[in-house]
Amino acid sequence: MLSKITPKIGNLLMLALAAVWFVPLVWMTVTAFRPRQAALSGFFSLDFTLDNFATVWSAAPFATYYINTIIIVVCVFAVQMLTASMAAFAFARVSFAFSGVVFLLFLVQIMIPADVLIFPNYNVLKQLTLLDTKLGIMLPYLASAFGIFLLRQVFKTIPGELEEAALIEGCNKWQVLWKIYFPLARPTYVAFALVSISYQWNNFLWPLIVTNSVENRPLTVGLSIFAQSFEIGVQWTEVSAATLLVITPLLLIFLVFQRQFIDSFMHSGIK
Amino acid sequence: MKRIKRWRRLTSNMRAGRLKSNLFAWMLLLPSLLFLLLFTFYPIFLTLRLSLFQADLSSPEPTFVGLGNYRTMFGDEVFRKVMSNNVWFALGTVPAGIALALLMAVFANKALRGKGFMRAAFFYPTLIPMIAAANIWLFIYTPEYGLMSRVFSWFGGSGINWLGTPGLVMWAMILMVVWKEAGYFMIFYLAGLQNISKELYEAAHVDGVSRFTVFRKITFPLLMPTTLFVSIVALTNAFKLVDHLMIMTKGGPNNASNLLLYYIYETAFSFWDQGMASALTVVMIAVLLLIAAVQFFGLDKRIHYN
Repeated sequence: MLSKITPKIGNLLMLALAAVWFVPLVWMTVTAFRPRQAALSGFFSLDFTLDNFATVWSAAPFATYYINTIIIVVCVFAVQMLTASMAAFAFARVSFAFSGVVFLLFLVQIMIPADVLIFPNYNVLKQLTLLDTKLGIMLPYLASAFGIFLLRQVFKTIPGELEEAALIEGCNKWQVLWKIYFPLARPTYVAFALVSISYQWNNFLWPLIVTNSVENRPLTVGLSIFAQSFEIGVQWTEVSAATLLVITPLLLIFLVFQRQFIDSFMHSGIK
Repeated sequence: MKRIKRWRRLTSNMRAGRLKSNLFAWMLLLPSLLFLLLFTFYPIFLTLRLSLFQADLSSPEPTFVGLGNYRTMFGDEVFRKVMSNNVWFALGTVPAGIALALLMAVFANKALRGKGFMRAAFFYPTLIPMIAAANIWLFIYTPEYGLMSRVFSWFGGSGINWLGTPGLVMWAMILMVVWKEAGYFMIFYLAGLQNISKELYEAAHVDGVSRFTVFRKITFPLLMPTTLFVSIVALTNAFKLVDHLMIMTKGGPNNASNLLLYYIYETAFSFWDQGMASALTVVMIAVLLLIAAVQFFGLDKRIHYN
């Protein structure tokens, strides 16, 4: 009897915990749609307004921030896909001298990510005179050791006979990469894309120190500037609305593709 | 004679083939290697060198001071505070985050009801920028009007200033970070659970073993590689996550919530002490290499990237 009841209780407790996990999001969403006085009073009411979003949109250049973030996210992943595919193919299917050493070099990027090298990388960017540019924000992330290892893993599982057949048909190795390996590894590219996009969309400290003008700031930096421009507590509703604007796209993608999202994270070999 | 000739032709063909293969590989690696050298190895070298110079606002040209910066650093009270904060932050977030993630995964793997709801609830914080999470939690922690204060006031508690009290601010940070990253670790555990053979559970079920014993004797030990890997990720995160400080506390009050990376940021871009910022970055690199070494030599025999 007891053994039948305990799992149910456990399940209920975990459902309760899941509900608690949603509280910050729900609370912020509700605040974003309420008039300021109602939000501060703390009493339940049915007041609903879109004014906060209108204020946010006119008070700060969020449209520019949006475009900047999208440019950065898309460009970084496009280049990463190219560079990582090439390097992964070299590690998986081409034999060359010092491959072990080069592999270790890439491992260093996993151990010491660009996130902690903010100060020296700022100096590198200064030397390249690329401070306050979108290209400058992207550069440190254009080679992804994570992507290389992920793709190398999958490339290794693709049977060599396919490659041999293509070579006999007259393809060269370069074509083999893009015509056979690339399409066959599609699920892994999806996983790689999700990781890369959410990473770049959420990146903050590096773009903060690199950028100095509205034309180049991504959403996260814009949001922090917007939030800090107020006496905290006074403009809750506006800051909530702005925060919601920033987080909605990724959350929507997640809600729509929830299954693929979690599955691809799970099966991408990130373990 | 003929055989030797043929042999020579063969080996030179092979050598040409190997050369071609080598050239092709390096061509494939070149773009990645270029960015890797420029934004991982070159900056590490720059940091090591600049950490030996005095380069702040009072010195227009960097002057060589040897280990001077390091000496100043180890005597610096704020540095020691920041390091001990970071250790406490790690101790607070790593075990709690992992335990919770394991619990989440076990239930979200085959919940009796609400599997999708659970997964979504636990995972969504991963997709929110740290800076946005900081905005939300800043409101939660705000005295009087914040959610936390309201909840506490039901129980008769008075207005606690979570972020303004040195003894409480670290706990507030830890709670938020656990909320933020436990769902991410859950994913690794969900993946790990897929790899455990169903037959083990069926056998245990037939033998009438209790659920708790099944967890203790089967699930937990077989998930050990995942646990080790997740600990490394969590430990690294404890040194990487600082975005929230910008919004919530700026490292205060009185450096009670300051962390190493944020201190590097302050030293470099608020105090403009470049030599010291470099020395601090070297410490950061050393810490990360230490964590990697623990994984490589001590704990994890299975290298996950292979």
